This record gives sequence, C-alpha cells and structure tokens, in this order.
Amino acid sequence: MGNLSLTSLSFDIVVLGGGIVGTACAREFAEAGLRTALIESAEIGGGATAAGMGHIAVMDDSEAQFALTRYSQLLWKEAAERFPPDVEFSPSGALWVAADETEMREVFRKQHYYIQRGVPVEVLDARSLAEAEPNLRPGLEGALLVKEDAVVYPPCAARFFITEAQQHGATLILGKRAVGTRGNTVQLDDGSYIAYGNLVIANGIVAQSLTSSVQLEPRKGHLVITDRYPGFVSHQIIELGYLKSAHSIQSDSVAFNVQPRPSGQILIGSSRQYGLDDSAVDMKIVSAMLRRAFEYMPGLRRLSAIRSWTGFRAATPDKLPLIGPSPEAENIYLATGHEGLGITTSLGTAKLLADMILGRRSAIAKDPYLPSRSYALHA
Amino acid sequence: MKRRQFASVVVVGAGPAGLAAAIRASESGRQVTVLDDNPSAGGQIWRGEKDRRSGNDASAWFQKFRTCPAEMITGARLIHGDPERRILSVETRQEFFEIGYDKLILATGAREFFLPFPGWTLPNVMGVGGLQALVKSGLPVDGKRIVVAGTGPLLLAAAAYFRKHGAIVPVIAEQAEWRSVAGFGIRLSKNLGKLFQARSLRLALRSSRYTFSTWVEAAHGKDRLENAQVRTGAKVWREPCDYLAVGYGLKPNIELPVLMGCRTQSGVVAVDEFQQTSQEHIYCAGECTGIGGVDKSLIEGEITGLAAAGLKDSARRLFAKRRKTRQFANVLDRAFALRPELRQLPLDGTIVCRCEDVRWGRLRPMNSWRSAKLESRCGMGPCQGRVCGQILEFLLGWHPESVRPPVFPARLESLTQDSEMKESLRT
Repeated sequence: MGNLSLTSLSFDIVVLGGGIVGTACAREFAEAGLRTALIESAEIGGGATAAGMGHIAVMDDSEAQFALTRYSQLLWKEAAERFPPDVEFSPSGALWVAADETEMREVFRKQHYYIQRGVPVEVLDARSLAEAEPNLRPGLEGALLVKEDAVVYPPCAARFFITEAQQHGATLILGKRAVGTRGNTVQLDDGSYIAYGNLVIANGIVAQSLTSSVQLEPRKGHLVITDRYPGFVSHQIIELGYLKSAHSIQSDSVAFNVQPRPSGQILIGSSRQYGLDDSAVDMKIVSAMLRRAFEYMPGLRRLSAIRSWTGFRAATPDKLPLIGPSPEAENIYLATGHEGLGITTSLGTAKLLADMILGRRSAIAKDPYLPSRSYALHA
Repeated sequence: MKRRQFASVVVVGAGPAGLAAAIRASESGRQVTVLDDNPSAGGQIWRGEKDRRSGNDASAWFQKFRTCPAEMITGARLIHGDPERRILSVETRQEFFEIGYDKLILATGAREFFLPFPGWTLPNVMGVGGLQALVKSGLPVDGKRIVVAGTGPLLLAAAAYFRKHGAIVPVIAEQAEWRSVAGFGIRLSKNLGKLFQARSLRLALRSSRYTFSTWVEAAHGKDRLENAQVRTGAKVWREPCDYLAVGYGLKPNIELPVLMGCRTQSGVVAVDEFQQTSQEHIYCAGECTGIGGVDKSLIEGEITGLAAAGLKDSARRLFAKRRKTRQFANVLDRAFALRPELRQLPLDGTIVCRCEDVRWGRLRPMNSWRSAKLESRCGMGPCQGRVCGQILEFLLGWHPESVRPPVFPARLESLTQDSEMKESLRT
C-alpha cells in the first residue's frame, strides 16, 4: 500500500497500537460493522504484550478492578473456543499463597469476596497446597485457588484478534507510526494522513506523546524463563505479598509469581520499578526477584534459565485503566493505562469502548475507567 | 557457596588467542586468570592436544602456558557481566562466583555455521567440527563412510583427520568454485603456505574425491542416515554413508562481547590497533574479531596480552605480522563465499529452529526476526538463536536482536548476586 493511497483513506475508527488492547478493540469494532483500521509501528503484539506473563486473572483491589477483570475473564473463556493452538489458552487456575496466619486471613477474606460475586474459588490448607504444588517449600499456611484464572500466550492472541478483525474487513497498517492528530486526521511518520470518525489511542505508554490529557508512568518489570520442566509447576502461583508489591507506588519491589507454560517452561516474576526508561536487564533486580522465588520454591535454584527480559507497564495514579473519551476531544478515545492487567482486561476494554461509541448498553459500569474521572488516590 | 575473585587480567577462552594473551600478559608481570567452559584448554582447534607431545605449534604454546603463572579455571561458563563494575558472573558445574578485573580479554572463538536442508536433523548428520570433536573424545569411525560437505579449508583438515582414524571419506563436497579456491591456494603458497598445507592434505586424502561446486541437497534415511544426496551442476547422486559432516565455515561468538557493550561491525567485534574494543577495559582477540585461523588468533592474542599489560611498544612490534594473517582472513572470506543456490535448500517442512521445532514454511512468510520470535518462538529455546539466528541472517537477511543475560543457559541460582538491594527490595 503506497503513501498516496493512504492519504486518501478514511475510516470510521482508527486504532493506534497493535498490542493486545488495540487488536482486541479493532476486532470488536470490525465485528460491529465499523470500517476500522489499526496502525502499528512495529509488530503485532510486540510491545508490553510480548513482555508480560499472559495471566488472565481476576483481581479484587477495588470493586471497579474486580468488575473489569471478572467481566474480561468470562469474555476470554468464551473467545477461547475459537483460539488456534498457538494462543496456548490454558485454564490452569491460580494459587494465591499464604505464608503465615496473617496472610491466611487474607485468603479467607478473598474467598468470601469471590464467593459472594460468583467466582469459583477454593481454600487449600497446608496439606492440600503441598499436594497441589509439591515444589513449594513446606510450612506454608495455605492458598486460595482461583479456578477460572488462565494462561495465554499474548502475542499469538493479539495476532488472532487482528486476523479476526481483518476477516471482518479491518485494515492493518504496519510499519508506520502516528506522530500527531489534526482535525480528525492522524498524521503518520511518512507524512501521510488518515482520516477518522473516531480515534482510539491504545498504544500503552506511548499514548502520552499523542495526548496531553494522559497521566501515565512506565512501570518496569523483569521476567526470567526456564528450560522445559513439565509438571514442576501446575498453577499460576502468586504470593499474597504480591499485592503489597503491586500497590507500592514509589519504591522498587519484587514478589514471587511463577507460571507454568504449556511448553513445560516456567516463567518467573515479578518486579516493579518506577522512573526508568532504560530497557536493559538489571541483574540486581533479577537477583532479588529470584531470591524471593527461591524462598517459596527452593527447587527452582538448580533449574536452567534460558532468558531474561524487561517490559514497561503503563500505570495510572489510581491503578485503573483509562477507557473512554479523552478530555480533549470527544471523538478521541483512550484505551491505555492497564498496568499489569492489560492482557486480562483487553477484552473488557474493547467491549466497553464499542458500547460507548455505538451507544450500546454496557454489561458493567463504565464510569470508574473514564479518563475524565478524578483520581481517588489510595496508595 | 559463593566466592569472589579478582585478577588483574581476566581472559575468557583458552583457545590459541586466549592462551597467547594469557602468556604475554602473565610474562609482563600481570596476575592472570583464564576461564574456559571446556574441561581443558585448547579451544575448538586444539581440543585434546594439551597432553600430546608432538612438535607442532600447539604443544609449544601449551608448554609456555604450563610454565607461566596464569591461573586456569576450566569448566567455567561466563553467564553475564557488568562492564561498569568490571565484574563477570561465572558458573561451574558445582558453584557460581563473581570475578573482578582491571582488564578483560575476550577470546570467545567461533562456532560452526550450519545451513538447513531436508534431513539435516537426522541422527548422524552433524557439523564437521562437531564430528571431529566426537572422534577426538573417542567415537570410533574405523571403516565408517563419512561424507564431508560444506565449505572452507576445515573440510580438508577434518577429512584428513577422519581418514587417519580409519574412516572412508568417499567425497569432500566443496560448494565454492574451483577457480576461486585455486586463487586462494596460489595466494596461500605465496604468503602462508605453511599454515594451509594444502599439498600435504591432498596427499593424505588421495583416495577421497575433493569436488568443487558441489553440495549436499538432502540427507536420506528412515530412522538414521543412509545416504547423502549430492549435487554438482546438473548431476545429482546419492552417496551411501554412516555420517554426514557438514560445515559452512565459522561464525564468531560475539554474544558475550555484545552483552558487555562492545561495538560490533559486520558481525565481528570492532577493535582498535591494540585489539581494544569500544569498551575501555575490554580487549578482543582471535576469531571473534574476524575468522582467520590459528595464526591470526595467536598473534592477536599476543598483542592483546601485551596491550592489556600496558606494553604498547612491544605490542606494536607485532603489528606487521598480524597484518599478514588478516590478509589471509580476507582471502578466505572471498574464496569461500556461499553460493546463492544454498538458500534454496530448505523445503517448507524443513526444521530451521531445532530448539523449538520451527519449520521453514512457517518462517518464510514472516517479515522480521522479531515477528518470527513472537509468533513461532523461533530462536527462543536453549540455544537462544545461536543456530537459527545465523541461518535466517543468511536465508532472509534478518539480524538477530540484542543479547540478554544469561549468555548461556545457567542455573537460576547463578543469576543471583550478593547485593545490598536484597533488603531494600523485600516487600
């Protein structure tokens, strides 16, 4: 497709960003019959989407977070029926592990919360936890099993979404970067323009360069992957202390979080760092992260690591994503700020945005995620 | 469990370049530690020659190394490093440790370059150097038929070696044209006849057919190799064999230099006249600065050892000798340039990434190394693209991405470090 033809192009919807959120949105719009284009400067699913773990998780930091994650999780479950094998959707469940009695009380609180809201969970005592995950160290108090949590391989999920969007007539524009907007057109780095009815900014942390109304902070994370050890870990396992790590706004933090891949490989996380834009692997962080993992799973020490990498989560001050019209222009929509939950909440985000643009009724309240909200800071 | 060491000069790699560097630096009064992940010194080219009492180059250098005070740690694999703090992380079979340095000499050598063709993953199809290493460590090949194919002078050396161990080498298939290699031979006899010793090799290979413009298109066999399909021009035949040894030359091991921040140029580490890299305290010598054989490695090693010890004048006196060996490297490159037909060898079902079983048909339509990695996991296995990365560079012109630690698969515990961060990071 040459530049000349692009200059004359116009679409109902132009989505910026081919990560999991952008591709999910493009698919939703195209399926609804809108003339949709998606612009991605590099590869589909190659940014934060490729850097994360791919945990489809229900979370209960806040009612709003719960509503979006649970809604999205059910959408994933429904979509999974059509996934090709390379999406690697695997409903293996997640274990929130309690190291002591205090954390065990948190397990029961979560259990109560989830049961009230119809989420299938089960409390494991020390013995059944040891049976479920024999490589955890002895002496842990127990865990909450969240049964419908799942694992996917996000780059291939994004690829699947964009393919479905294209099957519904969407146009994919690869290798061009949006550099600005002017009068219902988006300007690309090759000098061409594309006209839009509505623009959806879904390019993660990069969104800030296109709209001044976005308040995002990059939150750097590290991951390590092992060689293949089938059966060593069976569930996504997260320490309850993870919440403290995820909540910390200022300081660097690490938490135990491992995930079994369908290949038999084990992904080991997690870390959070603010105020960095250097993507280099920091061995100090890797070291701290692994030491934390060894405390929970001593057997990991002797397993073979084959790669480490980093990624940046786009974080908002209140840890909820920005979904909805930007305060600047009513036909510019935001779909960013998903922090560590972008894979999970991509599908809910796409539904909510399509509901807003098409004037449909939403399955969950959209107000908590509107970019025009005032941030209730709870650090 | 964890020890910390320091040496004024740390040398990574105990092949010819590393040994020469260690000897010169150590003679100059520096405290030297040599690390190598093999069970003994010698690198790929001098593997198993450490204790041989022959009168060749190797034994003279081993003798010098034995009598110099440099410390040697074998079975030690470099997994990452920090050029700012001047520290390397090392893993051995039992433990892991960090070693600090004033000057670091990287002599990481080279590895074989493979090209995929139908059947290349069959048992008993292997690299020329790989099979040679197996024979060196005791694999009996007496009476076995070994087809040797690929390119470069190493084919002849390997074939001669197999013959010496009783193997039958029915054909040595050299992909380059006779004309370009003949030019190579002439220039060699003028400049560096001693090194190549083409004539004596040819004598050793009297009953083997050394044919030019010839390559292996496919390997056939049910569960194991039965024959190699060889092509020369329009003529194609199947050569029965027990082993097929294929090598398309060597590629420098630049992963560790790259991880340490050294600049590269055209796939080799860029160095100045004293073999210093773009990182002030890091030097490179041998194949990782450009494939050129033993003589180039030795002289570069010597220069590096002297320069790292601060003896620039002594180093400078060796520049002329190095120039000659580098000319040889350039000639080598031109004489054995790979023919474009080799890009047509893989079929859609041919595996390209052996770690993750990714086939050519899956990769061919993709438009970048990054897409291929993301969508097919190509290059994401334990070898981290060392094999398929260079294959795809040749087949599709893709360039591998940046190097991230660990440089080699390493135990998770070896990626931890003693650090004050530990406490402040606890949640």
